Amino acid sequence: MASSFSVFSIEVFLVILSCVSKSSEDSLPELSPQKYFSTLQPGKASLAYFCQADSPGTSIFLEELKKAIRPLQDYGISVAKVNCIKEEISRYCGKDDLMKAYLFRGNVLLREFPTDALFDVNAIVAHVLFALLFNEVKYITTLEDLQNIENSMKGRANMIFSYVRAIGTPEHRAVMEAAFVYGTTYQFALTTEIALLESIGSENIEREHLYFFHCEIVLDLSQDCRRTLMEQPFTTLNIHVFVRTMKAPLLTEVAEDPQHVTTDHLQLGLPLLFIVSQQATYDADRRTAEWIAWRLLGKAGVLLILRDSLEGNIPQRINVILKRAEQEMEYLVLDDIDSLIFHVENNVKSEQMEEGEDEEMESQDLDTQDDEVAETVYRDRKKQLPLELTVELTEETFDATVMNSDSIVLFYADWHAVSMAFLQSYVNVAVKLKGTSTMLLTRINCADWSNVCSKQNVTAFPAVKMYKEGENPVSYAGMLGTEDLLKFIQLNRISYPVNIASIQEAEKYLSGKLYEDLFTYASVSVLGLFSPAMTTAKEKFLEARNYLKGHVIIGIYSEADVWILSSKYAAPLPALLLARPKEGKIECIPLAGTHVHGIVQIMARAVLEIFPEITVENLPAYLRLQKPLLILFSNGSISHQYRKAILTLVKQKRLDSLTPCWLNLKNTPVGRGVLKSYFGSLPPLPQLLLVNVYSGGQVFAFPSDQSITEYNLVSWLKNLEAGLENPIKNLSAQEWKPPLPAYDFLSMMDAAEPQHPTKKVPTCVKETDKQESEKGEQEPEPTRKEPVQTLRIKYWNRNYWSKEAEKPFRHEKEL
Amino acid sequence: MGCRGSGLLAAPHRDYCVLGAGPAGLQMAAFLQRAGRDYAVFERASAPGSFFTRYPRHRKLISINKQYTGKANAEFNLRHDWNSLLSHDPQLLFRHYSRAYFPDAGDMVRYLGDFARRLGLHVLYNTTITHVTLDKDPQAWNGHRFVLTDHKGQVYQCSVLLVATGLSVPTLIDFPGSEHVEGYESVSVDPEDFVGQSVLILGRGNSAFETAENIMGVTNFIHMLSRSRVRLSWSTHYVGDVRAINNGLLDTYQLKSLDGLLEADLKDLALVKDSKGKFHVTLKFFLGETNASWSADSVRLPEDDSDNFAMRVGYDRVIRCLGWKFNFSIFDQSLRLSSENEFNKKYPLIKASYESKGSRGLFVLGTASHSVDYRKSAGGFIHGFRYTVRAVHRLLEHRHHGVTWPTTEHPITQLTSSIIRRVNEASGLYQMFSVLADIILLKENATTFEHLEEFPMQMLAQLEPLTGRTAQHGLFVISMEYGKNFSGPGKDVFFYERSVGHTEDAWLSNFLHPVIYYYKQLPTEQEVRFRSPHWPLPRPTAIHHIVEDFLTDWTAPVGHILPLRRFLENCLDTDLRNFYAESCFRFALTRQKLPPFCQQGYLQMQGLAITESLQQHGVESKLLQNYAAATENSSQRTSDRALAPGPRAQSLDSDKEEL
Repeated sequence: MASSFSVFSIEVFLVILSCVSKSSEDSLPELSPQKYFSTLQPGKASLAYFCQADSPGTSIFLEELKKAIRPLQDYGISVAKVNCIKEEISRYCGKDDLMKAYLFRGNVLLREFPTDALFDVNAIVAHVLFALLFNEVKYITTLEDLQNIENSMKGRANMIFSYVRAIGTPEHRAVMEAAFVYGTTYQFALTTEIALLESIGSENIEREHLYFFHCEIVLDLSQDCRRTLMEQPFTTLNIHVFVRTMKAPLLTEVAEDPQHVTTDHLQLGLPLLFIVSQQATYDADRRTAEWIAWRLLGKAGVLLILRDSLEGNIPQRINVILKRAEQEMEYLVLDDIDSLIFHVENNVKSEQMEEGEDEEMESQDLDTQDDEVAETVYRDRKKQLPLELTVELTEETFDATVMNSDSIVLFYADWHAVSMAFLQSYVNVAVKLKGTSTMLLTRINCADWSNVCSKQNVTAFPAVKMYKEGENPVSYAGMLGTEDLLKFIQLNRISYPVNIASIQEAEKYLSGKLYEDLFTYASVSVLGLFSPAMTTAKEKFLEARNYLKGHVIIGIYSEADVWILSSKYAAPLPALLLARPKEGKIECIPLAGTHVHGIVQIMARAVLEIFPEITVENLPAYLRLQKPLLILFSNGSISHQYRKAILTLVKQKRLDSLTPCWLNLKNTPVGRGVLKSYFGSLPPLPQLLLVNVYSGGQVFAFPSDQSITEYNLVSWLKNLEAGLENPIKNLSAQEWKPPLPAYDFLSMMDAAEPQHPTKKVPTCVKETDKQESEKGEQEPEPTRKEPVQTLRIKYWNRNYWSKEAEKPFRHEKEL
Repeated sequence: MGCRGSGLLAAPHRDYCVLGAGPAGLQMAAFLQRAGRDYAVFERASAPGSFFTRYPRHRKLISINKQYTGKANAEFNLRHDWNSLLSHDPQLLFRHYSRAYFPDAGDMVRYLGDFARRLGLHVLYNTTITHVTLDKDPQAWNGHRFVLTDHKGQVYQCSVLLVATGLSVPTLIDFPGSEHVEGYESVSVDPEDFVGQSVLILGRGNSAFETAENIMGVTNFIHMLSRSRVRLSWSTHYVGDVRAINNGLLDTYQLKSLDGLLEADLKDLALVKDSKGKFHVTLKFFLGETNASWSADSVRLPEDDSDNFAMRVGYDRVIRCLGWKFNFSIFDQSLRLSSENEFNKKYPLIKASYESKGSRGLFVLGTASHSVDYRKSAGGFIHGFRYTVRAVHRLLEHRHHGVTWPTTEHPITQLTSSIIRRVNEASGLYQMFSVLADIILLKENATTFEHLEEFPMQMLAQLEPLTGRTAQHGLFVISMEYGKNFSGPGKDVFFYERSVGHTEDAWLSNFLHPVIYYYKQLPTEQEVRFRSPHWPLPRPTAIHHIVEDFLTDWTAPVGHILPLRRFLENCLDTDLRNFYAESCFRFALTRQKLPPFCQQGYLQMQGLAITESLQQHGVESKLLQNYAAATENSSQRTSDRALAPGPRAQSLDSDKEEL
């Protein structure tokens, strides 16, 4: 309980300090020779650096050795510094300046290393693994050696041959790390002889090479093993990915919708290529597909799919489908194989250029933030916001403040990323309103004052509420940004609805002169017209207004002479007049019998324009119409000619089934991202597109060789309707899945507790889990695991091994 | 029968009867009062909390009363306020009654008095219930009524009986010579009475140590004798074990200052008096021969055989500090409150829902209900049972008044923060670790969820009937736990590297930390009953540990929130990331489906706008792209990618057109 924390806090604190320093740099156990040898365990490898007790505590070598502790622990190898002291004579303690590192397995010496061979962490790891994997990785120097191994592998197993420029390089380490995982599955051969590389006909011999020799399928000894060259940069992860793709079947036949097909390739970030075949041409297609599969081995997965097995999902002419993780499917027409392969290869490369340049493991690291809001807020945490412009409330001050002044309250939690992102916009509003508004901007941290927040019915952060004297608090339901909130506050300066007192005032209101300054925030004003007797209609109207506070300017006129307005605007009472002063238009909507919800909808629609400029802020409002978008992408404002063409068609009611709109890339630069996703790169502008977000997710482009005229537009739309146009893009219908796996603590717990009663509750245990835990029982020293779950197992190993390896040393320390 | 029946008809009836106006009884009364229920509390004494008027004998409460935590959050502060009861009146917090970290018992009496008075609780003082029995009545809520008779013979009928009488009977021990033993409840508390004496204390709990502490300075020596080895609270995490505040004697024992601890089974013991009036310890076994006169001079003593026997000296006084038992005597056999099992002589037999196993409608509250989490959690103490009483009240509200267990409903995008908020502030989860848990009930398609607070974990299988909520679409259970192998008597809880810092090692956390269980389906009663030992719940579909935190502040974005989000995402098979409006905009136009955050925020016109400085950080972190700046680069790139020159020329044309 808490007592243990408080009473012993000092001690706890000290230990935590030491943990912190430990995690930043692993400490190197320092032992005397005798103690060191007493810690060695049979079968366990250990690297020890022997040096004189009085030699300097730090050196470049020791620094590198420390860095190697963690990676070596991952392979179950402990590291120690042994201080040679006079009292204990050991044959490993050489002369003063001839100190060496020794590798033991159990207490058997495997190899000694002069410290200059272990020049950095890569060299240390590479050398140590090289020594341990002596049998798994054959070092060869001549073509003859290579051929001997190759011959011995034929019909038995595949082999991996690599050339590195020198022993101890990062590339050498990468090969050795791969060999640690795959050494039992494949024969590894390694050379540093450039001549050998040359003699097997390699190009670009100045760089490292790794070949996969497909020997297992070779039955005729006179035949050479087929080779696949790894083209990716020489990193551990790339080798891992490469070997995994080699393991995958060359060609897979599927009968499902490509949408739902996934293989290892997708997980590894490689594309899938579906060759669409049909019964009639199946054999030929299969040969073609196999040939393509060989060419794309290691770069893409190739699958064969029968068109007849699908229900007409694939457009007729399409015979190849390219699918990439997190991206839309690409439908292609295959004319010649070379151009197809070129297309796929280029795709792979560009993807790697975009994502692959970071540290290899990093992209898979579960501890790397992939939430853009959380990450940006975290990175911005040290920025000083001008928070003093907003009043911070507490439980004591809350009630008095919201009762005594018109105030806006932001409810937030200081640990909540979305709240803190919005707090910045909120402060911006305060900056903009500084000294001009009668509205008090306040905020309350619900992490401190949770009682206040729950009393105000705030269950989710962030929330904004407006408190005005004599009125119920109004929740702000707009976009969490400066502009929208500012608009909300400004439009709420007047109280709603505006009670219009005379016909003259009504006219002024409709022409936008009554609240001229507010029209910078709203483009529409609404006037409800009711005869004095229409009380229920008025009530409905007043209720609807509550939903729209701060979005539209709302007025009401209900005097006896309302008939004058009614007849002037041909509005049978009760009615709404929608005025757009900027356009000089007044529209009339009869209200008889409309429900509250209906009125809200009418008013919400009133805000929509006929041919709007689409922005990040207003897109959702137009998406609600659930019609395909006809978007004109433009870099800057659009020409009068286009506008006229579209507006004419709107008037002729030819665009009723669509939402015509345009997008200015200068105001909405993210539009470029949208276009790139449609076209692969930025197309010529302006570009007219039909985006059918809701049904089918198809995107059609207006032919770029035609000019956008009424006539051309109409005939294009007719073609579309008739199904004569091909989409340039099918929007991915993929669900949003977890971006990365989670730590599987259940399996870790099972693994740590081999007697765990998995048998008792067999239904809950997945087959894979079971295998894993059984394996754990059989091999308490998991030196080699199936590579499939490397990442996960690696996490597990790290703490398993580190605990195991540290135990003896910890003992020593305590003594 | 008929006669008795008519007598009963006249007897006053209450929906709820609470026995005892101690902390638990008053706590229940406060909830019943607020819910507007028909109830009465029966109290033997003339004021609430009579136990505290006498106990603890040395007047110092060992429940902490922390005035300052550095935090304003009232719920969080209750984690370090172990004496307050729950109410809506901020004046009724214990810190207004005492400033002492370990307050005086008198302050507790004053506090309880105020609590009952300020809230206007219906307590019948000076009413001793002498007998409780059952009367079958098919019309009654539970098929029977509880019939209470007080010392004046007045009869009361109750639909539900809430027993909050605490543990009031001192545990006695019977061995030859036990008549020489003084009891904790009556022994002198004046150190003057012990000057120059040698004292033997039987028992090894807080009362034994408290007694020793008081007289340590003036005695020749104190020996403590009990069957089990000493259990120290800080090594067991159990507040009922010996608290550091009382363990001065351990110091003097370990430093060889004449005081000492010994282990032996008290039942085998015998005490004999020698001619000088000193008491000698011997074994019952040795007495067999000389049954007639038990005098130390004639009886065989252990030191006769082994001359270095530890307790070979004579004692001036022997004091018994063996704790208390539940008073079963007023309850009729038909209530089936007790069982013959040894453990159940201390506590009445109840289920994890605090309802008696023997009679439906009878609940045991407070200290007497501690059998549910004995030596595990805090259910026997105010800071624990104030929450279990609330749980019982919620069960009753649903069972008898159709009020479903309170929940809040949220969109799934709030799931991570909903959990983070509770593990950081909730006091009930923190005090009643491994006993009460928050439950997240997923709704169909997992787009929304209900958050249900502080449900008794062991009753998980019966969640639906007990709460009136449905759990058809999967659920999360959020509890707080200590590491499985961390604590226990005799374990070194200060071992090196006891704290875990890496997120991937979170499951090895030793200190109290949040654990989240995910079940695709509600576990069955069988599964709960036959769960593996050391597991508070049956095997879940998946489990998550939030790594322990020195400050018990689980809000670190990468250390705590990110792994939790990944866990929830993988359970729900969805993407729970937050996105700025611009990203949602791009998804809305380039994909048919949107992530939940965009669906529930952006598409509802509540997107999250980005500010300039955040945008900059986003671009630096490569999580966001700067589309405005990308203009030039990308046009270069397009030409690099060798697009046909046609469209390029055309794009120039169209620009012209625009001009």
